[in-house]
Amino acid sequence: MSETELNTQTNLDRRDFLTKSSIGLAGLAIAPGMMLFDLAHGRALNEPVSNKVRWGMLIDNNKCESGCNDCVTACNTENGLSGGTKPTDSQWIRKVQLKDTFTGRISSLPMMCQHCEHPPCVDVCPTQASFKRADGIVLVDKHICIGCRYCVMACPYQARSFVHEVLTDQKPEVPRGKGTVESCTLCVHRIDKGETTACAEACSKAGHNAILFGDLNDPQSEISKRIHAVASTQIRADLGLNTGVRYEGI
Amino acid sequence: MNMAIRLAALLFSMFIATAIHAADKSPLPHLDIGKGGQCVEEDHALMRKIHMNLLKHQRDETMHKGIRGQKYSLADCVECHASQKTNSVLGSNEAFCQGCHAYAAVKLDCFECHANKRKVTAEASK
Repeated sequence: MSETELNTQTNLDRRDFLTKSSIGLAGLAIAPGMMLFDLAHGRALNEPVSNKVRWGMLIDNNKCESGCNDCVTACNTENGLSGGTKPTDSQWIRKVQLKDTFTGRISSLPMMCQHCEHPPCVDVCPTQASFKRADGIVLVDKHICIGCRYCVMACPYQARSFVHEVLTDQKPEVPRGKGTVESCTLCVHRIDKGETTACAEACSKAGHNAILFGDLNDPQSEISKRIHAVASTQIRADLGLNTGVRYEGI
Repeated sequence: MNMAIRLAALLFSMFIATAIHAADKSPLPHLDIGKGGQCVEEDHALMRKIHMNLLKHQRDETMHKGIRGQKYSLADCVECHASQKTNSVLGSNEAFCQGCHAYAAVKLDCFECHANKRKVTAEASK
């Protein structure tokens, strides 16, 4: 075989390889659910959520500043809440002040739906309106909520609110209405788009970085690495609910 | 007495006649279809009949399985059919949703929770 022939042979092989591999790549891209772009947290928009992921948050009490209310404000703006704090106003997230009576240390932390693995609100719901999505987000299906408020009673974190008055000008992504129960949705409409929660975003914007949002099931995620490395606690861990929201430094 | 009965009968027949006349050319609702254009289904009569079923099926998929961006979405109804003037599908008997529901005397409770206004971008509202 002459040298020219050998070169041609090589080139043909290379061409063959490129063709085949590009076919392979195209196959990857058009296979169902295997789009190589437009993925929200690794999931296409038309794909159902799966229990491979479990969304959660880690809140660092040491970084959370006492006077700061940015997460609450961001939540209210994002979800179209009034921001009122009367017993009849909806509060999806609130700042709680803690005081150690012995040392006198005062600290504060944001408190919201803890997105339990075994949510008591889901257990007691007579219409199955209160439910846990496969990816661990606890939600209320307001289409079938009858407003009985058993879940409000059952929640150990007082995270649920009842809408007492007729509402207008709701956000398009966050439907809310009179006669139904509601609580933190972990900004499900943002998560489905591949974004983080409004409170976590506001916290990092304020420079505190106290709220870390991520996938608890992914060992490579920042939140998993952090809860693996440092001590974090669940509030009322004795109830065995395995909350998705964990706290550090309390 | 006889006279009174006759008069009543006359009035009653006149009333019936007017009612029948009105029913003959019963006024159809004049709807402001907003942007309009290509609907998700070609068949408009079918949409009038089953839009609620399409929405109901997809709402469960979205709510419980997190499937978004599909064909039948209430937000997209509003996006196309909200009035160009008020950006809403409610507010008058010309408004796309309210107009027809008022005409058919069917309670419209979607918008007790859902937004009835088109999402106006910051640039468009300037």
